[in-house]
Amino acid sequence: MTLWKPDPTFYPSPRDAAEAPPEKLAYVAAFDRSAQRPDALAVLDTDPGSPSYGTVVGWTDLPYTGDELHHFGWNACSSALCPYAPHPHVERRYLIVPGLRSSRIYVYDTKDRVSPQLVKIVEAEELGKRAGYSRPHTVHCGPEGLYVSALGGYGDDGPGGIAILDHNSFDVLGRWEVDRGPQYLAYDFWWHINHDVMVTSEWGTPSMIEDGVVGELLLGRKYGHKLHFWDLRKRRHVQEVDLGDQHQMTLELRPAHDPTKTYGFAGVVVSVEDLSASVWLWHRDVRHGDGSRWAAQKVITIPAEPASPDDLPDVLKPFGAVPPLVTDIDLSVDDQRLYVSCWGTGELKQYDVSDPFKPVEIGSVRLGGIVRRDAHPAAPDERLAGGPQMVEVSRDGRRVYVTNSLYGAWDDQFYPDGVGAWMAKIDAEPFTLDERFFPHGDDFRGLRVHQTRLQGGDASSDSYCYP
Amino acid sequence: MTLTAVILLGAFHGINPAMGWLFAVARGLQERSRDLLLQSLPVIALGHLASVALVVLAVSATGSIVTATALSIGAGVVLVGFGLWHLLARRHFRWVGMRLSLPQLAAWSFLMSSVHGAGLMLLPVLTRIPASHHGHVLSGGMLVAGVHTLAMFLTATVVAVVVYEFLGVAVLRRAWFNLDRMWAFALVGAGVVTLVGAI
Repeated sequence: MTLWKPDPTFYPSPRDAAEAPPEKLAYVAAFDRSAQRPDALAVLDTDPGSPSYGTVVGWTDLPYTGDELHHFGWNACSSALCPYAPHPHVERRYLIVPGLRSSRIYVYDTKDRVSPQLVKIVEAEELGKRAGYSRPHTVHCGPEGLYVSALGGYGDDGPGGIAILDHNSFDVLGRWEVDRGPQYLAYDFWWHINHDVMVTSEWGTPSMIEDGVVGELLLGRKYGHKLHFWDLRKRRHVQEVDLGDQHQMTLELRPAHDPTKTYGFAGVVVSVEDLSASVWLWHRDVRHGDGSRWAAQKVITIPAEPASPDDLPDVLKPFGAVPPLVTDIDLSVDDQRLYVSCWGTGELKQYDVSDPFKPVEIGSVRLGGIVRRDAHPAAPDERLAGGPQMVEVSRDGRRVYVTNSLYGAWDDQFYPDGVGAWMAKIDAEPFTLDERFFPHGDDFRGLRVHQTRLQGGDASSDSYCYP
Repeated sequence: MTLTAVILLGAFHGINPAMGWLFAVARGLQERSRDLLLQSLPVIALGHLASVALVVLAVSATGSIVTATALSIGAGVVLVGFGLWHLLARRHFRWVGMRLSLPQLAAWSFLMSSVHGAGLMLLPVLTRIPASHHGHVLSGGMLVAGVHTLAMFLTATVVAVVVYEFLGVAVLRRAWFNLDRMWAFALVGAGVVTLVGAI
């Protein structure tokens, strides 16, 4: 049933969203690497005034095993207020949770309960037959319903792309692309919603990732290294921007939340030339043509850290260095702060991006890391495996949450003695770890933790149609 | 009495953010241009008028071949059915795209108004115009459509300018009452009244 007043978690503009009340719960995707036990949604108490602050207060096991939960999203968000097809009286209450390995998509109800309740399963076959895709990944709520990116084809390795789901029934409506042009690899996507522009990125097809990173493919520069720009309305490929094939794995896309702006940040995991990682800024190319073309430039370079081969896992021994491995980035809702996860070196960096062309590093937190194994102040004797990986920022920009697993098969290569499971919270100003918030180890019942979604929305969940 | 109802219905559509003033405000905010906002509103009203006029044409054409009673009953059934469908179906108008030319904006408004059933509410009024002469229904109906749209346009303009200049769109969070659901109830109600009057 629809509401009489707009859902209170919908905000017309990013400015309004920054005034949102602090989240009291965080939902975290947790998965069992061995696929012996079901994956789960863990719910964390994020209310500092609550006696159970920083602990797991809700838990919902999935009905099957082997899904490998990864990313997920909401059924509806602030884009429901967009003027051309407004539907503000729907509720933000369902989490859309894809299994990256099983290709199932689960729908969980979060209303009036702590532990989410399963309400629907979209089987891999429905996604495959209706949209032609498998390995669903990123979920965004947008003008045509739910958009879900997928890494693989149905029955084929590729191409990956985007499927559209109805945001009421959650039925798969079909493939989003009308003309995909040269695009083949898929991973993340988002948009400049008021400019009718879609942006997509590239990782690899299922065969390139599911058994771990493949050295020959990496050194052969076969993983994704391009950005694709599309007409969001006509669903047509418009332009590809190649960052250069040494820049392997162009993953997370974070466009400016201000709908009048046409820039965004893309993280690149590793350069095969020097193992550095980088963050790129895409923007309208004002120097060439009529200003409608897109360009990208490297705005952050993070060098590898030298290390003794004895301290390195097999996959890195030949290089004698730890790559930073920028696997996730997140942009605050006010577009002023960019957070960059260095999963290899075990660091979360904070940048001032008020001038997006010239990011300035203003903060750093060390946790884990392939060699350093930095501890959390709440457990100073515990050498941490994994590093800050998925990063999520609260709508007001004051709190940053990180979890430590990347992707099952890849965790095992870079942290072969076990990646463990932990989640940390960092206060943004000043940039310091919250010693009261460190769920880890058995708190997650032996499962690894991946993406976090904050109650009511967060910095990577909502798009806004008003400046 | 009838004229008042026609004007009030126009004002009701004018107030509804989904009917266009919000789109005009968004276009203005996006380009930081009040001119664009003011240009958009008449175009949106034009699309609305086209949608309403289509209903007038349909009524006029139907009225020339069936009796007044049959017309009223048909109108009542259409209203109740459309209202119920709006109440029960969870589908909503779908459209992607913010960057529209003015003709595209008019087309958007026409579609939005039609899906909303904006002209249907005039059925009770239209079916009551004396059908002694076919031309009367058409010209009288077009006058009704024109007055209705003018009321819609004036209301939308006032709301759009006030929101753009003074209130800001954050007011939507508090003030965006679910007019669509109310509209659906109103359609059903008007249909029932028309049916009762006809029988």
